[in-house]
Amino acid sequence: MSGFAQNTFNGLVSGAFYALLALGLAVIFGMLRVVNFAHGAFYMLGAFGAYVLLTEVGVPFWAALVIMPVGLGLLGMALERAVIHRLTKLDPLYNFLLTFGLTLILQDLVKLRYGVQSSPYATPSLLDGSVNFGLFDFPTYRVFILGFAVLLCVAVWWVLTRTRIGMVVRAATERPDLTRAFGIDVGRWVTPVFGFGIGLAGLAGVLAAPMRAVNPLMGADLIIVVFAVVVIGGLGSIFGSVAAGFGIGLVQAWGEAYLSHFPIVSQTIVFVVMAGVLLWRPAGLFGREEAPA
Amino acid sequence: MTSTVDTPADAPRTTPPSGLVAVARAPGWARYALLAVGLIVAAWLPNGLYPAVAVDILCWALFAVAVDLLLGFTGLMSFGHAAFWGTSAYVTGLVAIHAGLPFPLAVLAGALAAAVLAVPIGYLAVKRAGIYFAMVTLAFAQMVYYVANEWRSVTQGENGLQGVPRELFGVDLTDDYYFYYAILPIVLLGLAAAWRIVHSPFGRVLVGIRDNPARARALGYPVHRYKLTAFVLSGFIAGLGGGLFALGHRFVSLDVLHWTTSGKAVIVVVLGGIGTLWGGVLGAGIVVRLEDWLSFSGFEAIGLVTGGIFVLVVVLFRRGIWGSVAELAHRLAARRR
Repeated sequence: MSGFAQNTFNGLVSGAFYALLALGLAVIFGMLRVVNFAHGAFYMLGAFGAYVLLTEVGVPFWAALVIMPVGLGLLGMALERAVIHRLTKLDPLYNFLLTFGLTLILQDLVKLRYGVQSSPYATPSLLDGSVNFGLFDFPTYRVFILGFAVLLCVAVWWVLTRTRIGMVVRAATERPDLTRAFGIDVGRWVTPVFGFGIGLAGLAGVLAAPMRAVNPLMGADLIIVVFAVVVIGGLGSIFGSVAAGFGIGLVQAWGEAYLSHFPIVSQTIVFVVMAGVLLWRPAGLFGREEAPA
Repeated sequence: MTSTVDTPADAPRTTPPSGLVAVARAPGWARYALLAVGLIVAAWLPNGLYPAVAVDILCWALFAVAVDLLLGFTGLMSFGHAAFWGTSAYVTGLVAIHAGLPFPLAVLAGALAAAVLAVPIGYLAVKRAGIYFAMVTLAFAQMVYYVANEWRSVTQGENGLQGVPRELFGVDLTDDYYFYYAILPIVLLGLAAAWRIVHSPFGRVLVGIRDNPARARALGYPVHRYKLTAFVLSGFIAGLGGGLFALGHRFVSLDVLHWTTSGKAVIVVVLGGIGTLWGGVLGAGIVVRLEDWLSFSGFEAIGLVTGGIFVLVVVLFRRGIWGSVAELAHRLAARRR
């Protein structure tokens, strides 16, 4: 029983990363119709930034947790203004290609400066050790990540459903032209929303730094899995993306634990689930069939 | 819930068809002249470049044409074609090593394996269109990558397949110069097949689906089946390229299945010109040559350059080389009239 709880907990923690990244992808896609390939690169920059801040400037984890998302969010906004903006009127494939190119550039810039080896990042001392939940112990840091990610998702959900900004964003996501016809300046929210999505990716990166190997390639493989996650959840659905993120984390962890003679299972199970979803509900579990525009 | 989401809103509007139209409208002699120039360049290539680079260009030309068949003529951007390129590379390598067959048969086996793999992947992927299609193909290609990485007894994992022989009835093909001419007929056959597909009634239906899937369906065309057929044919042609690539390097590494390989194939097509077929051949020549030159001059961050090309082409040069030239020629011709 305690083994099962342990696996479930670990699954939720890795699901938290998927959820944070998928959430950013979904809000960006909703607002701009852009599938941001560079999302993984910004996740990597978040982790790397935290590492560089700590080792070269001596900025602690807690400060990095604020500095990196804000800094990367601003960088994302600049990027949106400079290039992505020009392509949003065209087929979304062009922005997919553009952000793919940006991924290669960002990866290689980091590689050029720091090489490809992984760098360790110490867990902040406040979160060292473990928490006892009666039957079993969990590393404090992981408990913190899970709590933090859940809190963040709830906060985003609250903003989207309970505030005026959220209402505008949701309306603009579903019916941009109609929203404009009501006299709402949709364009004003595009850049901040993009920055916010990038900021989430950066935040996930900082959170990942103490837990996973920090290296220039850490984002690229992850983002492909996150793509599968959003196909499963339905990219148009913000809730679906988050739910699928946690769900896939769980399925992966259970697969790893209970089918351990097949090491391939934990890596490929997400794609198998995606294949099943495509057969059963092509629009994604929580997606809806898009109405013809 | 079997209906799909490829509504017109979702459908790609990637292709500037003017390039295609301009070429099609070019006078007969111009087309033959272009064909002649192309054949002469192909016949001369290994004398002007390192033969090994020329071989790479041929392989990538097939790869690019395969991707353009989907992107330019069916409106589907596959971001996972490394799955077919790489699977064929591994199968070709394994067949060549273990069966000792003449190399064209090994390549055929590889390309067939790629086509077989394209059936399930294509069947699932064509359920989505537009950007989702790109994500789904990318994801499945990554799955193939993981499987190859794990299945070490067959693929040798990180070490790769080494010493892939180039057997052809005892003819010595170790020199890349002669090997180039040995594979040239296969490559030309593959390119001709792609041309034939595009200009067949089947190809016209594909273009119709690209431009308006809803109308094609209303006219009674089984859209999914057409897309799937195009996908499998494209997988086969990409497989031809991948198999030859394995023989060309006498070595197969996991790189052939990596997502960067899929991305590179797409950018080669965009650089050459989407929906122009031969543009991809030009794009392949440029990118392969450039990467060879970069790695030769000891520049380490090749991704910086390829990524830069991506960004520049997408922002400034979406028509690609062939598309721009065709457009220009078309304009000149129109002025003269």
